[in-house]
Amino acid sequence: MENIVFCKGGGCTAKLGAGVLSRVLGMLPKGPVDENLLIGYDSKDDAAVYRVSDDVAIVQTLDFFPPMVEDPYIFGQIAATNALSDVFAMGGEVKTALNIVCFPEDMDLNILGKILQGGAEKVIEAGGTLAGGHSIADDGVKYGLSVTGIVHPDHIYPNNMAETGDILILTKKLGVGIICTANRIGEASAEAMEEAVASMTTLNKTAAEIARSYRVHACTDVTGFGFLGHLHEMLDGKHSCKVFAAQVPIMQNVLQYADEFYLTAAAQKNRNHVESYVQFENISFAMEEVLFDPQTSGGLLLAVHPEDAEKVLAEMQEKGLPAAIVGEITEKREFEIYVKSGAA
Amino acid sequence: MEKKIVDARGLACPLPVVNAKKAAEELHTGDVLTVLVDNEIAVQNLQKFAKQKGYTAAGKKKAEKEYEVTIQVVSADAAKTAATEEQDEEVACTVDARKNGMVIVLSANVMGTGEEKLGKSLMKAFVFAVTKQDILPETILCYNTGAYLTCEGADTLEDMKILEAEGVNILTCGTCLDFYGIKDKLAVGTVTNMYEIVEKMEQAKTIIRP
Repeated sequence: MENIVFCKGGGCTAKLGAGVLSRVLGMLPKGPVDENLLIGYDSKDDAAVYRVSDDVAIVQTLDFFPPMVEDPYIFGQIAATNALSDVFAMGGEVKTALNIVCFPEDMDLNILGKILQGGAEKVIEAGGTLAGGHSIADDGVKYGLSVTGIVHPDHIYPNNMAETGDILILTKKLGVGIICTANRIGEASAEAMEEAVASMTTLNKTAAEIARSYRVHACTDVTGFGFLGHLHEMLDGKHSCKVFAAQVPIMQNVLQYADEFYLTAAAQKNRNHVESYVQFENISFAMEEVLFDPQTSGGLLLAVHPEDAEKVLAEMQEKGLPAAIVGEITEKREFEIYVKSGAA
Repeated sequence: MEKKIVDARGLACPLPVVNAKKAAEELHTGDVLTVLVDNEIAVQNLQKFAKQKGYTAAGKKKAEKEYEVTIQVVSADAAKTAATEEQDEEVACTVDARKNGMVIVLSANVMGTGEEKLGKSLMKAFVFAVTKQDILPETILCYNTGAYLTCEGADTLEDMKILEAEGVNILTCGTCLDFYGIKDKLAVGTVTNMYEIVEKMEQAKTIIRP
Protein backbone atom coordinates (compact mmCIF):
# COMPACT_ATOMS: atom_id res chain seq x y z
CA MET A 1 0.00 0.00 0.00
CA GLU A 2 1.37 3.42 -0.90
CA ASN A 3 1.75 6.13 1.72
CA ILE A 4 -0.72 8.91 2.15
CA VAL A 5 0.57 12.09 0.55
CA PHE A 6 1.40 14.48 3.34
CA CYS A 7 0.03 17.96 3.21
CA LYS A 8 2.31 20.70 4.47
CA GLY A 9 0.66 20.65 7.87
CA GLY A 10 -2.12 18.28 8.77
CA GLY A 11 -4.87 18.28 11.34
CA CYS A 12 -5.98 21.46 12.97
CA THR A 13 -2.69 23.13 12.12
CA ALA A 14 -4.25 23.51 8.66
CA LYS A 15 -6.91 25.88 9.97
CA LEU A 16 -7.04 29.45 8.65
CA GLY A 17 -5.93 32.11 11.13
CA ALA A 18 -8.67 33.67 13.26
CA GLY A 19 -7.77 37.21 12.21
CA VAL A 20 -8.05 36.47 8.50
CA LEU A 21 -11.25 34.51 9.02
CA SER A 22 -13.13 37.18 10.97
CA ARG A 23 -12.38 39.66 8.18
CA VAL A 24 -13.93 37.43 5.54
CA LEU A 25 -16.93 36.42 7.65
CA GLY A 26 -17.59 40.06 8.48
CA MET A 27 -18.16 40.79 4.78
CA LEU A 28 -20.84 38.12 4.22
CA PRO A 29 -24.42 39.33 3.63
CA LYS A 30 -26.78 38.64 6.53
CA GLY A 31 -30.32 37.57 5.70
CA PRO A 32 -33.35 38.17 7.92
CA VAL A 33 -32.88 37.06 11.53
CA ASP A 34 -34.36 33.64 12.33
CA GLU A 35 -35.22 33.47 16.04
CA ASN A 36 -34.92 29.71 16.05
CA LEU A 37 -31.26 29.89 15.12
CA LEU A 38 -30.00 29.83 18.69
CA ILE A 39 -26.30 29.76 17.83
CA GLY A 40 -24.84 30.86 14.50
CA TYR A 41 -21.32 31.80 13.50
CA ASP A 42 -21.73 35.27 15.06
CA SER A 43 -20.94 33.73 18.43
CA LYS A 44 -17.72 32.00 17.28
CA ASP A 45 -19.17 28.84 18.83
CA ASP A 46 -18.30 25.25 17.93
CA ALA A 47 -21.50 24.36 16.11
CA ALA A 48 -24.77 25.86 14.89
CA VAL A 49 -27.88 25.15 16.98
CA TYR A 50 -31.40 25.43 15.55
CA ARG A 51 -34.55 25.05 17.65
CA VAL A 52 -37.21 22.85 16.05
CA SER A 53 -39.51 22.62 19.09
CA ASP A 54 -39.54 23.62 22.75
CA ASP A 55 -37.72 20.41 23.66
CA VAL A 56 -35.47 19.76 20.70
CA ALA A 57 -32.79 21.73 18.92
CA ILE A 58 -30.57 20.42 16.12
CA VAL A 59 -26.80 20.74 16.48
CA GLN A 60 -24.97 20.95 13.14
CA THR A 61 -21.24 20.96 12.60
CA LEU A 62 -18.63 19.96 10.07
CA ASP A 63 -14.91 19.55 10.23
CA PHE A 64 -12.35 18.04 7.87
CA PHE A 65 -8.62 18.30 7.36
CA PRO A 66 -5.50 16.79 5.79
CA PRO A 67 -3.74 13.87 7.48
CA MET A 68 -1.39 14.45 10.42
CA VAL A 69 -0.44 10.77 10.79
CA GLU A 70 0.68 8.22 8.19
CA ASP A 71 -1.68 5.40 9.09
CA PRO A 72 -4.94 5.94 7.13
CA TYR A 73 -7.10 4.02 9.64
CA ILE A 74 -5.85 6.14 12.54
CA PHE A 75 -6.22 9.30 10.48
CA GLY A 76 -9.88 8.37 9.87
CA GLN A 77 -10.42 7.84 13.58
CA ILE A 78 -8.80 11.14 14.50
CA ALA A 79 -10.67 13.19 11.88
CA ALA A 80 -14.00 11.69 12.96
CA THR A 81 -13.28 12.09 16.67
CA ASN A 82 -12.41 15.73 16.04
CA ALA A 83 -15.58 16.41 14.00
CA LEU A 84 -17.87 14.64 16.49
CA SER A 85 -16.37 16.65 19.32
CA ASP A 86 -18.19 19.85 18.36
CA VAL A 87 -21.55 18.22 19.13
CA PHE A 88 -20.31 17.12 22.56
CA ALA A 89 -18.92 20.60 23.21
CA MET A 90 -22.46 21.98 22.73
CA GLY A 91 -23.86 19.46 25.22
CA GLY A 92 -25.57 17.46 22.47
CA GLU A 93 -26.03 13.81 21.49
CA VAL A 94 -24.71 12.59 18.12
CA LYS A 95 -27.43 11.29 15.76
CA THR A 96 -26.19 11.15 12.16
CA ALA A 97 -22.97 11.83 10.29
CA LEU A 98 -22.03 12.31 6.62
CA ASN A 99 -18.55 11.63 5.25
CA ILE A 100 -16.62 14.46 3.58
CA VAL A 101 -13.83 13.10 1.39
CA CYS A 102 -11.16 14.55 -0.89
CA PHE A 103 -9.03 11.83 -2.49
CA PRO A 104 -6.62 11.64 -5.45
CA GLU A 105 -8.01 9.60 -8.34
CA ASP A 106 -4.80 7.68 -8.89
CA MET A 107 -4.28 6.65 -5.26
CA ASP A 108 -4.90 3.16 -3.89
CA LEU A 109 -8.56 2.91 -2.92
CA ASN A 110 -7.68 0.61 -0.02
CA ILE A 111 -6.27 3.69 1.69
CA LEU A 112 -9.62 5.43 1.35
CA GLY A 113 -11.30 2.31 2.71
CA LYS A 114 -9.11 2.39 5.81
CA ILE A 115 -9.79 6.08 6.41
CA LEU A 116 -13.56 5.58 6.15
CA GLN A 117 -13.43 2.49 8.35
CA GLY A 118 -11.67 4.42 11.10
CA GLY A 119 -14.22 7.21 10.80
CA ALA A 120 -17.25 4.91 10.77
CA GLU A 121 -16.11 3.13 13.92
CA LYS A 122 -15.92 6.42 15.78
CA VAL A 123 -19.40 7.47 14.60
CA ILE A 124 -20.81 4.23 16.03
CA GLU A 125 -18.85 4.65 19.27
CA ALA A 126 -20.29 8.16 19.54
CA GLY A 127 -23.80 6.72 19.39
CA GLY A 128 -24.58 7.92 15.87
CA THR A 129 -25.32 6.46 12.45
CA LEU A 130 -23.32 7.09 9.29
CA ALA A 131 -25.92 8.24 6.79
CA GLY A 132 -24.06 9.12 3.60
CA GLY A 133 -21.41 11.48 2.32
CA HIS A 134 -19.79 13.28 -0.57
CA SER A 135 -16.42 12.76 -2.22
CA ILE A 136 -14.39 14.68 -4.79
CA ALA A 137 -11.15 13.97 -6.61
CA ASP A 138 -8.44 16.28 -5.31
CA ASP A 139 -4.63 16.54 -5.23
CA GLY A 140 -4.36 15.77 -1.54
CA VAL A 141 -6.21 13.59 0.95
CA LYS A 142 -8.71 15.29 3.23
CA TYR A 143 -11.35 13.70 5.40
CA GLY A 144 -13.92 14.64 8.00
CA LEU A 145 -17.58 14.56 8.89
CA SER A 146 -20.66 16.68 8.84
CA VAL A 147 -22.40 15.75 12.06
CA THR A 148 -25.97 16.30 13.22
CA GLY A 149 -26.93 15.94 16.85
CA ILE A 150 -29.74 17.02 19.12
CA VAL A 151 -29.80 18.97 22.35
CA HIS A 152 -32.48 20.34 24.66
CA PRO A 153 -32.68 24.09 23.91
CA ASP A 154 -32.39 24.87 27.64
CA HIS A 155 -29.32 22.70 28.11
CA ILE A 156 -26.96 24.01 25.44
CA TYR A 157 -23.41 24.69 26.58
CA PRO A 158 -22.51 28.11 25.23
CA ASN A 159 -18.79 28.76 24.86
CA ASN A 160 -18.88 32.26 26.34
CA MET A 161 -21.15 32.38 29.41
CA ALA A 162 -18.55 31.69 32.11
CA GLU A 163 -19.16 33.39 35.47
CA THR A 164 -16.76 34.93 37.99
CA GLY A 165 -15.54 32.24 40.38
CA ASP A 166 -16.04 29.38 37.89
CA ILE A 167 -13.34 26.73 37.86
CA LEU A 168 -11.73 25.81 34.53
CA ILE A 169 -11.38 22.10 33.79
CA LEU A 170 -9.45 20.74 30.81
CA THR A 171 -10.18 17.11 29.89
CA LYS A 172 -7.20 16.18 27.68
CA LYS A 173 -3.47 16.83 27.76
CA LEU A 174 -2.00 19.55 25.52
CA GLY A 175 0.77 19.10 22.98
CA VAL A 176 -0.46 17.01 20.05
CA GLY A 177 0.42 19.74 17.53
CA ILE A 178 4.04 19.92 18.63
CA ILE A 179 4.38 16.13 18.86
CA CYS A 180 2.92 15.58 15.37
CA THR A 181 5.30 18.27 14.05
CA ALA A 182 8.26 16.52 15.68
CA ASN A 183 7.00 13.24 14.24
CA ARG A 184 6.75 14.72 10.75
CA ILE A 185 10.50 15.37 10.73
CA GLY A 186 11.27 12.04 12.40
CA GLU A 187 12.16 13.45 15.83
CA ALA A 188 9.25 12.23 17.99
CA SER A 189 9.70 9.21 20.24
CA ALA A 190 7.38 6.25 19.65
CA GLU A 191 5.94 6.67 23.16
CA ALA A 192 5.16 10.35 22.65
CA MET A 193 3.46 9.66 19.33
CA GLU A 194 1.49 6.79 20.84
CA GLU A 195 0.24 9.04 23.62
CA ALA A 196 -0.74 11.74 21.12
CA VAL A 197 -2.64 9.26 18.92
CA ALA A 198 -4.45 7.76 21.92
CA SER A 199 -5.53 11.24 22.97
CA MET A 200 -6.66 12.30 19.48
CA THR A 201 -8.80 9.17 19.08
CA THR A 202 -10.54 9.55 22.45
CA LEU A 203 -14.08 10.85 22.03
CA ASN A 204 -15.18 13.76 24.21
CA LYS A 205 -18.41 11.82 24.80
CA THR A 206 -17.60 10.60 28.32
CA ALA A 207 -16.42 14.04 29.45
CA ALA A 208 -19.57 15.68 28.06
CA GLU A 209 -21.87 13.11 29.65
CA ILE A 210 -20.30 13.57 33.07
CA ALA A 211 -20.57 17.35 32.75
CA ARG A 212 -24.30 17.09 32.04
CA SER A 213 -25.14 16.36 35.70
CA TYR A 214 -23.42 19.50 36.94
CA ARG A 215 -23.59 23.29 36.63
CA VAL A 216 -21.47 23.96 33.55
CA HIS A 217 -21.65 27.61 32.46
CA ALA A 218 -19.44 27.43 29.40
CA CYS A 219 -17.82 24.71 27.32
CA THR A 220 -15.72 24.53 24.19
CA ASP A 221 -13.38 22.00 22.66
CA VAL A 222 -9.75 22.99 22.39
CA THR A 223 -8.70 22.67 18.74
CA GLY A 224 -6.90 24.76 16.15
CA PHE A 225 -6.65 28.04 18.04
CA GLY A 226 -4.87 26.33 20.94
CA PHE A 227 -5.67 26.40 24.66
CA LEU A 228 -5.18 30.16 25.01
CA GLY A 229 -7.07 30.96 21.79
CA HIS A 230 -10.15 29.01 22.84
CA LEU A 231 -9.90 30.35 26.39
CA HIS A 232 -9.84 33.87 24.94
CA GLU A 233 -13.09 33.14 23.07
CA MET A 234 -14.64 31.78 26.26
CA LEU A 235 -13.80 34.95 28.21
CA ASP A 236 -15.46 36.95 25.41
CA GLY A 237 -14.20 40.33 26.66
CA LYS A 238 -16.38 39.97 29.76
CA HIS A 239 -14.06 38.23 32.22
CA SER A 240 -10.42 37.58 33.02
CA CYS A 241 -8.94 34.38 34.37
CA LYS A 242 -5.97 32.83 36.11
CA VAL A 243 -4.29 29.79 34.60
CA PHE A 244 -2.11 27.63 36.86
CA ALA A 245 0.57 26.41 34.45
CA ALA A 246 1.84 23.72 36.82
CA GLN A 247 -1.60 22.08 36.81
CA VAL A 248 -2.13 22.10 33.03
CA PRO A 249 -1.89 18.50 31.80
CA ILE A 250 0.72 18.16 29.04
CA MET A 251 2.10 15.25 27.05
CA GLN A 252 5.46 13.58 27.64
CA ASN A 253 8.45 15.05 25.75
CA VAL A 254 6.41 18.02 24.54
CA LEU A 255 8.44 20.68 26.40
CA GLN A 256 11.64 19.18 25.05
CA TYR A 257 10.28 19.29 21.45
CA ALA A 258 9.15 22.89 21.91
CA ASP A 259 12.67 23.79 23.07
CA GLU A 260 13.97 22.17 19.88
CA PHE A 261 11.67 24.55 17.95
CA TYR A 262 9.49 21.86 16.39
CA LEU A 263 6.85 24.54 16.07
CA THR A 264 4.06 25.04 13.57
CA ALA A 265 3.09 28.11 11.60
CA ALA A 266 -0.38 27.77 13.13
CA ALA A 267 1.00 28.14 16.66
CA GLN A 268 2.69 31.39 15.66
CA LYS A 269 -0.61 32.61 14.14
CA ASN A 270 -2.30 31.75 17.44
CA ARG A 271 0.39 33.70 19.28
CA ASN A 272 -0.09 36.72 17.01
CA HIS A 273 -3.83 36.59 17.60
CA VAL A 274 -3.95 36.20 21.40
CA GLU A 275 -0.58 37.12 22.91
CA SER A 276 -1.58 40.73 23.68
CA TYR A 277 -4.35 39.47 25.99
CA VAL A 278 -2.01 37.24 27.98
CA GLN A 279 0.30 38.04 30.88
CA PHE A 280 2.87 35.29 31.39
CA GLU A 281 4.37 35.25 34.88
CA ASN A 282 7.67 33.31 34.86
CA ILE A 283 6.54 30.83 32.25
CA SER A 284 9.18 29.04 30.18
CA PHE A 285 9.28 29.54 26.43
CA ALA A 286 8.44 25.87 25.89
CA MET A 287 5.35 26.05 28.10
CA GLU A 288 4.18 29.21 26.33
CA GLU A 289 4.42 27.32 23.05
CA VAL A 290 2.40 24.41 24.44
CA LEU A 291 -0.34 26.82 25.51
CA PHE A 292 -0.46 28.26 21.95
CA ASP A 293 -0.14 24.82 20.30
CA PRO A 294 -3.01 23.98 17.91
CA GLN A 295 -4.72 20.80 19.09
CA THR A 296 -6.18 18.29 16.69
CA SER A 297 -9.12 16.59 18.41
CA GLY A 298 -8.32 18.26 21.72
CA GLY A 299 -10.25 18.00 24.97
CA LEU A 300 -13.14 19.98 26.38
CA LEU A 301 -12.49 23.17 28.32
CA LEU A 302 -15.28 23.69 30.84
CA ALA A 303 -16.15 26.59 33.15
CA VAL A 304 -17.83 24.86 36.09
CA HIS A 305 -19.62 26.23 39.19
CA PRO A 306 -16.98 26.23 41.98
CA GLU A 307 -19.05 23.92 44.23
CA ASP A 308 -19.28 21.29 41.48
CA ALA A 309 -15.71 21.40 40.14
CA GLU A 310 -14.13 18.79 42.44
CA LYS A 311 -17.01 16.36 41.81
CA VAL A 312 -16.77 16.76 38.03
CA LEU A 313 -13.03 16.23 38.21
CA ALA A 314 -13.30 13.13 40.40
CA GLU A 315 -15.84 11.51 38.07
CA MET A 316 -13.73 12.25 35.01
CA GLN A 317 -10.57 10.88 36.60
CA GLU A 318 -12.45 7.80 37.69
CA LYS A 319 -13.33 7.16 34.03
CA GLY A 320 -9.63 7.40 33.14
CA LEU A 321 -9.63 10.88 31.61
CA PRO A 322 -6.47 12.98 32.22
CA ALA A 323 -8.70 15.88 33.31
CA ALA A 324 -7.36 18.62 35.57
CA ILE A 325 -8.36 21.90 37.14
CA VAL A 326 -6.32 24.46 35.20
CA GLY A 327 -7.58 27.85 36.33
CA GLU A 328 -10.41 30.06 37.51
CA ILE A 329 -12.56 32.84 36.10
CA THR A 330 -12.21 36.27 37.71
CA GLU A 331 -13.67 39.74 37.24
CA LYS A 332 -12.34 41.54 34.17
CA ARG A 333 -8.89 42.92 34.88
CA GLU A 334 -6.19 44.72 32.89
CA PHE A 335 -5.12 41.58 31.05
CA GLU A 336 -7.51 38.83 30.12
CA ILE A 337 -5.44 35.76 30.90
CA TYR A 338 -2.84 35.60 33.69
CA VAL A 339 -0.70 32.48 33.34
CA LYS A 340 0.89 31.81 36.72
CA SER A 341 3.86 29.51 37.16
CA GLY A 342 2.70 27.73 40.32
CA ALA A 343 -0.32 25.67 41.25
CA ALA A 344 -3.55 27.15 42.66
CA MET B 1 33.69 36.27 10.30
CA GLU B 2 31.88 33.50 8.53
CA LYS B 3 28.72 33.95 6.50
CA LYS B 4 26.27 31.19 5.81
CA ILE B 5 23.04 31.10 3.83
CA VAL B 6 20.17 28.69 4.44
CA ASP B 7 17.57 28.64 1.69
CA ALA B 8 14.33 27.48 3.31
CA ARG B 9 11.97 28.80 0.66
CA GLY B 10 9.29 26.25 -0.18
CA LEU B 11 9.72 24.54 3.19
CA ALA B 12 6.89 24.48 5.73
CA CYS B 13 7.36 25.18 9.45
CA PRO B 14 9.17 23.84 11.43
CA LEU B 15 11.81 23.13 8.76
CA PRO B 16 13.09 26.71 8.27
CA VAL B 17 13.82 27.00 12.00
CA VAL B 18 15.14 23.45 12.32
CA ASN B 19 17.53 24.00 9.39
CA ALA B 20 18.59 27.40 10.74
CA LYS B 21 19.25 25.88 14.15
CA LYS B 22 21.48 23.18 12.64
CA ALA B 23 23.40 25.78 10.64
CA ALA B 24 23.80 28.10 13.65
CA GLU B 25 25.27 25.28 15.74
CA GLU B 26 28.29 25.21 13.41
CA LEU B 27 28.90 28.97 13.62
CA HIS B 28 30.74 31.12 16.16
CA THR B 29 30.23 34.51 17.79
CA GLY B 30 30.07 37.25 15.21
CA ASP B 31 29.21 34.94 12.32
CA VAL B 32 26.17 35.82 10.27
CA LEU B 33 23.48 33.41 9.20
CA THR B 34 21.08 34.43 6.47
CA VAL B 35 17.86 32.45 6.14
CA LEU B 36 15.60 32.80 3.11
CA VAL B 37 11.92 31.96 3.59
CA ASP B 38 8.71 32.52 1.64
CA ASN B 39 6.22 33.64 4.28
CA GLU B 40 5.93 36.08 7.13
CA ILE B 41 5.00 33.51 9.78
CA ALA B 42 8.29 31.71 9.11
CA VAL B 43 10.05 35.06 9.63
CA GLN B 44 8.33 35.38 13.00
CA ASN B 45 9.22 31.82 13.98
CA LEU B 46 12.88 32.49 13.09
CA GLN B 47 12.85 35.67 15.18
CA LYS B 48 11.35 33.71 18.07
CA PHE B 49 14.11 31.11 17.71
CA ALA B 50 16.81 33.84 17.60
CA LYS B 51 15.40 35.57 20.67
CA GLN B 52 15.44 32.29 22.65
CA LYS B 53 19.05 31.67 21.65
CA GLY B 54 20.07 35.24 22.51
CA TYR B 55 20.94 36.00 18.86
CA THR B 56 19.86 39.17 17.15
CA ALA B 57 17.69 38.84 14.07
CA ALA B 58 16.35 41.23 11.46
CA GLY B 59 13.73 40.35 8.92
CA LYS B 60 13.33 42.01 5.54
CA LYS B 61 10.90 41.49 2.70
CA LYS B 62 12.82 41.28 -0.56
CA ALA B 63 9.98 40.50 -2.94
CA GLU B 64 6.61 38.77 -3.05
CA LYS B 65 7.06 35.47 -1.15
CA GLU B 66 10.72 36.20 -0.54
CA TYR B 67 11.89 37.16 2.90
CA GLU B 68 15.41 37.34 4.30
CA VAL B 69 16.19 36.95 7.98
CA THR B 70 19.68 37.93 9.06
CA ILE B 71 20.79 36.30 12.29
CA GLN B 72 23.87 37.42 14.18
CA VAL B 73 25.22 34.38 15.95
CA VAL B 74 26.73 34.74 19.43
CA SER B 75 28.28 32.08 21.66
CA ALA B 76 26.26 30.62 24.51
CA ASP B 77 27.93 32.81 27.20
CA ALA B 78 27.65 36.03 25.26
CA ALA B 79 24.09 35.11 24.43
CA LYS B 80 23.06 35.12 28.07
CA THR B 81 24.15 38.72 28.53
CA ALA B 82 22.71 39.78 25.21
CA ALA B 83 19.39 38.10 25.91
CA THR B 84 18.75 40.25 28.97
CA GLU B 85 19.63 43.42 27.10
CA GLU B 86 17.70 42.56 23.99
CA GLN B 87 14.53 41.43 25.66
CA ASP B 88 12.52 44.60 25.17
CA GLU B 89 14.07 45.45 21.85
CA GLU B 90 11.48 44.38 19.30
CA VAL B 91 13.25 43.31 16.16
CA ALA B 92 12.08 45.45 13.29
CA CYS B 93 10.65 43.29 10.58
CA THR B 94 9.59 45.42 7.68
CA VAL B 95 7.47 42.80 6.01
CA ASP B 96 4.48 44.52 4.52
CA ALA B 97 0.77 43.87 4.14
CA ARG B 98 -1.04 43.83 0.86
CA LYS B 99 0.06 47.10 -0.58
CA ASN B 100 3.52 48.55 -0.54
CA GLY B 101 3.71 52.13 0.46
CA MET B 102 0.26 52.96 1.82
CA VAL B 103 0.55 54.66 5.19
CA ILE B 104 -2.37 55.75 7.35
CA VAL B 105 -1.60 58.56 9.78
CA LEU B 106 -3.81 58.87 12.86
CA SER B 107 -2.75 62.11 14.51
CA ALA B 108 -5.68 62.32 16.94
CA ASN B 109 -8.21 60.07 18.65
CA VAL B 110 -10.98 61.95 16.84
CA MET B 111 -11.77 62.28 13.14
CA GLY B 112 -12.29 65.83 11.90
CA THR B 113 -12.97 68.94 13.97
CA GLY B 114 -16.22 69.42 15.89
CA GLU B 115 -17.94 67.70 18.81
CA GLU B 116 -15.53 65.28 20.48
CA LYS B 117 -18.17 62.57 20.86
CA LEU B 118 -18.87 62.59 17.13
CA GLY B 119 -15.17 62.76 16.29
CA LYS B 120 -14.50 59.64 18.39
CA SER B 121 -17.28 57.59 16.86
CA LEU B 122 -16.15 58.65 13.38
CA MET B 123 -12.64 57.47 14.18
CA LYS B 124 -13.93 54.10 15.42
CA ALA B 125 -15.94 53.74 12.19
CA PHE B 126 -12.90 54.74 10.12
CA VAL B 127 -10.61 52.10 11.64
CA PHE B 128 -13.37 49.48 11.30
CA ALA B 129 -13.83 50.43 7.63
CA VAL B 130 -10.08 50.04 7.04
CA THR B 131 -10.34 46.39 8.17
CA LYS B 132 -12.93 45.80 5.44
CA GLN B 133 -10.84 47.15 2.55
CA ASP B 134 -9.50 44.82 -0.11
CA ILE B 135 -6.19 46.63 -0.03
CA LEU B 136 -4.73 47.18 3.40
CA PRO B 137 -2.14 49.77 4.38
CA GLU B 138 1.46 48.78 4.99
CA THR B 139 1.73 50.90 8.12
CA ILE B 140 -0.51 52.79 10.53
CA LEU B 141 1.22 55.61 12.42
CA CYS B 142 -0.41 56.84 15.63
CA TYR B 143 0.78 59.98 17.33
CA ASN B 144 -0.35 62.75 19.68
CA THR B 145 -3.83 61.73 20.99
CA GLY B 146 -3.82 59.15 18.17
CA ALA B 147 -1.69 57.11 20.60
CA TYR B 148 -4.84 56.38 22.61
CA LEU B 149 -6.23 54.38 19.66
CA THR B 150 -3.79 51.50 20.20
CA CYS B 151 -4.09 51.35 23.99
CA GLU B 152 -6.20 49.33 26.43
CA GLY B 153 -9.74 50.64 26.66
CA ALA B 154 -9.85 52.07 23.11
CA ASP B 155 -12.92 51.07 21.10
CA THR B 156 -10.63 50.82 18.06
CA LEU B 157 -8.45 48.14 19.70
CA GLU B 158 -10.19 45.04 18.32
CA ASP B 159 -10.01 46.35 14.76
CA MET B 160 -6.37 47.36 15.22
CA LYS B 161 -5.65 43.79 16.34
CA ILE B 162 -7.39 42.41 13.27
CA LEU B 163 -5.24 44.67 11.09
CA GLU B 164 -2.11 43.55 12.91
CA ALA B 165 -3.07 39.91 12.38
CA GLU B 166 -3.33 40.73 8.67
CA GLY B 167 0.27 41.93 8.69
CA VAL B 168 -0.26 45.69 9.01
CA ASN B 169 2.61 47.35 10.84
CA ILE B 170 1.07 49.42 13.64
CA LEU B 171 3.40 51.98 15.16
CA THR B 172 2.65 54.28 18.08
CA CYS B 173 4.76 57.28 19.01
CA GLY B 174 6.71 56.58 22.21
CA THR B 175 7.03 60.24 23.21
CA CYS B 176 3.26 60.57 22.99
CA LEU B 177 2.63 57.45 25.09
CA ASP B 178 5.01 58.87 27.70
CA PHE B 179 3.45 62.31 27.63
CA TYR B 180 -0.06 60.98 28.22
CA GLY B 181 1.21 58.42 30.75
CA ILE B 182 -0.23 55.43 28.87
CA LYS B 183 2.93 53.59 27.87
CA ASP B 184 1.96 50.49 29.87
CA LYS B 185 -1.47 50.46 28.23
CA LEU B 186 -0.20 49.91 24.68
CA ALA B 187 -2.03 46.79 23.51
CA VAL B 188 -1.28 46.41 19.82
CA GLY B 189 1.70 47.00 17.53
CA THR B 190 5.02 48.46 18.62
CA VAL B 191 6.47 51.74 19.88
CA THR B 192 8.16 54.02 17.38
CA ASN B 193 10.22 57.22 17.35
CA MET B 194 10.35 60.39 15.27
CA TYR B 195 13.05 59.06 12.93
CA GLU B 196 10.91 56.12 11.96
CA ILE B 197 7.81 58.29 11.63
CA VAL B 198 9.66 60.61 9.24
CA GLU B 199 11.11 57.67 7.34
CA LYS B 200 7.73 55.96 6.92
CA MET B 201 6.18 59.18 5.65
CA GLU B 202 9.07 59.85 3.26
CA GLN B 203 8.92 56.36 1.81
CA ALA B 204 5.13 56.23 1.54
CA LYS B 205 3.57 56.19 -1.91
CA THR B 206 0.22 57.23 -0.45
CA ILE B 207 -0.48 58.87 2.89
CA ILE B 208 -4.02 58.75 4.19
CA ARG B 209 -4.88 61.09 7.01
CA PRO B 210 -8.51 61.09 8.14
